Amino acid sequence: MTIIDLFSILPVLVLVVWALFLLLADLWASRKLPGLTPILAVVGLVCSLVVSIVQVGKPQSSFGGMIHVDGFSVFLNILFAITGIAAVALAYESFKNLKIQRGEYYVLLLFSLSGMMLMGAAGDLIVIFLALELLSIPLYIMAGMDFNRLESKEASLKYLLLGTFASAIVLFGTAFIYGAAQTTNLYEIALAVNLAEINWTLFIIGAALLVVGFGFKVAAVPFHTWTPDVYHGAPSSVTAFMAVGAKAAGFAALIRVFSLDFTVLSENLTAVFWALAVLTMIVGNFTALAQKNLKRMLAYSSIAHAGYILMAFVAFGNEAVRADSIASALFYLAAYAATSIGAWAVLIAVEREDASRNEIEHLAGLGKTAPLLAAAMTVFMLSFTGIPVTLGFWGKFYLFRTAIQGGNIILAVIGLLTSLVSAYYYLRVVVKMYFQEGDVKVSQKGWSLVVAVVAALIVLGLAFIPELLYKFAASSLIIG
Amino acid sequence: MNSGMNPLLLVTFFPLVGVLLILLYQKTWKSAIRWTALITSLVTFGLSLWMLSMFDPADPNIQMEINLPWFNLGGNQIGFHLGVDGISILMVLLTGFLTPIALLSTWKAVEDRIAGFMAFFLMLETGMMGVFLSMDMALFYIFWEFTLIPMYFLIGLWGSKRRVYAAIKFVLYTMAGSLLMLAGILWVGLQYGGFDLTKMDASLIPLSAQLWLFAAFGLAFAIKVPMWPLHSWLPDAHTEAPTAGSVILAGVLLKMGAYGFLRFNLPLFPEATLKLVPWMAALAVIGIIYGAMVAFRQKDVKRLVAYSSISHLGFVVLGIFALNQQGIEGAILQMVNHGLSTGALFLIVGLIYERRHTRELEEFGGLWKVMPVLGGLSLVVMLSSLGLPGLNGFVGEFSILLGAFNSDFLASPWFAGVATIGVILAAVYLLHMFQKVFLGPVTKEENLKLKDLSLREILTLAPILVVIFWIGLYPKPFFLLMSPAVEKLTTVFQTLALAAH
Repeated sequence: MTIIDLFSILPVLVLVVWALFLLLADLWASRKLPGLTPILAVVGLVCSLVVSIVQVGKPQSSFGGMIHVDGFSVFLNILFAITGIAAVALAYESFKNLKIQRGEYYVLLLFSLSGMMLMGAAGDLIVIFLALELLSIPLYIMAGMDFNRLESKEASLKYLLLGTFASAIVLFGTAFIYGAAQTTNLYEIALAVNLAEINWTLFIIGAALLVVGFGFKVAAVPFHTWTPDVYHGAPSSVTAFMAVGAKAAGFAALIRVFSLDFTVLSENLTAVFWALAVLTMIVGNFTALAQKNLKRMLAYSSIAHAGYILMAFVAFGNEAVRADSIASALFYLAAYAATSIGAWAVLIAVEREDASRNEIEHLAGLGKTAPLLAAAMTVFMLSFTGIPVTLGFWGKFYLFRTAIQGGNIILAVIGLLTSLVSAYYYLRVVVKMYFQEGDVKVSQKGWSLVVAVVAALIVLGLAFIPELLYKFAASSLIIG
Repeated sequence: MNSGMNPLLLVTFFPLVGVLLILLYQKTWKSAIRWTALITSLVTFGLSLWMLSMFDPADPNIQMEINLPWFNLGGNQIGFHLGVDGISILMVLLTGFLTPIALLSTWKAVEDRIAGFMAFFLMLETGMMGVFLSMDMALFYIFWEFTLIPMYFLIGLWGSKRRVYAAIKFVLYTMAGSLLMLAGILWVGLQYGGFDLTKMDASLIPLSAQLWLFAAFGLAFAIKVPMWPLHSWLPDAHTEAPTAGSVILAGVLLKMGAYGFLRFNLPLFPEATLKLVPWMAALAVIGIIYGAMVAFRQKDVKRLVAYSSISHLGFVVLGIFALNQQGIEGAILQMVNHGLSTGALFLIVGLIYERRHTRELEEFGGLWKVMPVLGGLSLVVMLSSLGLPGLNGFVGEFSILLGAFNSDFLASPWFAGVATIGVILAAVYLLHMFQKVFLGPVTKEENLKLKDLSLREILTLAPILVVIFWIGLYPKPFFLLMSPAVEKLTTVFQTLALAAH
């Protein structure tokens, strides 16, 4: 282990060390200054963000090929760090509201984020598994943070049981791949594949198990059944973090592993991913249609968005499209992150102390009582639907373009038609806020408002200069 | 245009200046908000006249182009490309002309959340101008979809009873079409080297692909026009929208569909167009007859006018797919005519509704005696809508029918023949409406006390009437504006037809 090795994982390292320090600091701060821990957590995240930005354009491999810092991982690191900052702000307000202010939450958040960042840079299946556990275990606890409420406990337990199951499947798959190629390093596996020095039966079983394991993490249908209950039961700020961070991390692993190692199998896997994408888009959107609860609606909509990203990824075996496939997935993830965090922020602002009043019904009249929040929510709903001029529109534009470029025209048409379905339930939120009278009482202040407004400005502003984000995403290639 | 200011950018985005000002005002400054919106839209109209003064009618090509690179998406350049030609210039002028009139009609009618209303209205104007001026498919799509947002709120917030239903139906219908168009746009962009319309070479696209693309684009436009059997959103949206919204919806938004056929389907997919001409014309003729017959059975005046739109737009589509000079010129002129007469009809319905708060035909009768000024103006508008010679409707319909009779591509005089019945039916339902509302004795107590039009209300209708007479008596300048561009469009089909022989 050299200094260079350490430098390569500096964003992760900063978070881990800072989290440990925070654990101690909180012992003292929780009594005297309960607001200090979140502030310190943000400081740590900002440091990690700065370090990540420094790493832009300096690809390197370290720890004997276990870690790969490239455009892909840096893009995700920055996304994760910003998500983390927003998550801290939301948690601070939400937990104060729910009266469950606990400093260790921020420590867990930092640990989970460090796992996500590690996932983006993992160059070895073992590191992927470690990162998966590092990001998941804190999330299991975070989901149960509001332990006086039964739903929160249920969410935590459900997530733990099913999450462990999925991790085990990933590990099982890793074992098979190791059996097939005698290595767990992604680049050495690729090499072995090229030389055809592998046991194909084991290799294919391993790949199939990895699809299932990662499919669980990104909540692709039919591995999605945990999502609505966990998203609904967990405190809203935790859900916001999970819906963005954990999903992006799942996609990070999926994209890196499959575009590096399994392109040989693309002929078989294309059909699998095709079916997964179609199922996810259809089930996600149609089930969201039937939801009355805003949290559940957003949960199913997040499933649907995973389907859109999978759609671009179907053509991962096609050399000519792969770069666009990865770039459009990253672009969409960023658009989805900004939109999603904003929407959850609005939900947190509307929610009451006992975590009630999160039915879509309860948004009635928001347009009059809290015009700023309602306007922001409208922007998010339009962005989710993919209506110009929002970042979500460009995200979909690029995704569908990639899908068509990869020759999957029917898939793109299915995707477009399901987004018509999504227009109905997203617009219903707008209908509630503006077209119906209600007694929603919201004090238009606090961090959730700040997060919502900033997210809305990003979603709108970047839509006029999409090149900024696009160039960054397009340069985020996986160095193979 | 290398030197000086370019009017297109201003025409498109000047309304947003008004939006900005209105959002900065206090909510209570109602008249300031109204005047700002009106003046903004008048200036925009002035700017569109400035554009007209710089327009060279003899040039069939795109003029006053602005082409700035916006961004490069995976090798596809998306350009901020605006331009105007003989096909779009009348649409831009129509938009500029109708917006201030529509705003003037809201003076008394809209009291609630007036800042929002005016802001959405001006945003809508920007969207519409952008649709007519975009020369890049991605940009066109952005403006096209963007018009949904303000219209959705205008119907949903300021509409009448079933407004929420109508607003959602309007958005979902339009999106269903436009999403498939997006697939088409992306496909064209990927296969044929980009989104820039002016650089597109139709001869590169094989017939099999043209047919699919024609369907993808055509569906979006057919829903917007709307063509039978995709029309069912229109009666709801028109009836539930506030008066000004209906005026713009009928006057301009429907034209976006017909314009789309002229701008995309005809020049980009000419071979598919030739193949599908009989089908499109047949749907158009069915729409003409169906719209007219359903209009006759309506009990609600506004719904009657809405169904008459389906019939009138059928003529426009028939003219477009005659694919000859007369047919297309007639169609473009009829687009303007329909915007004027139906816009005016909606204004009249709005004026009556403001006084009586009902639109049921049964509730009226003998209004001429109570409101002679409104009666006289309505008579002219009604006659213009049914195509009386000397008024604008006649010129457009005549040219369309002539084009359809002589068309080498429709290959049957029956289309025009059946469409002519539509002209007669139009006379039937419009005269029926006029008789029910204005003629006969005053049967209801409430109608006796109705006030005739105020000066402001006359001012809203007067400009439309002036243009109605102008086009009816001397349509030449209008035809001159478009004929070189239409000629350029039709030559494609003549060469294709020659090659086929």
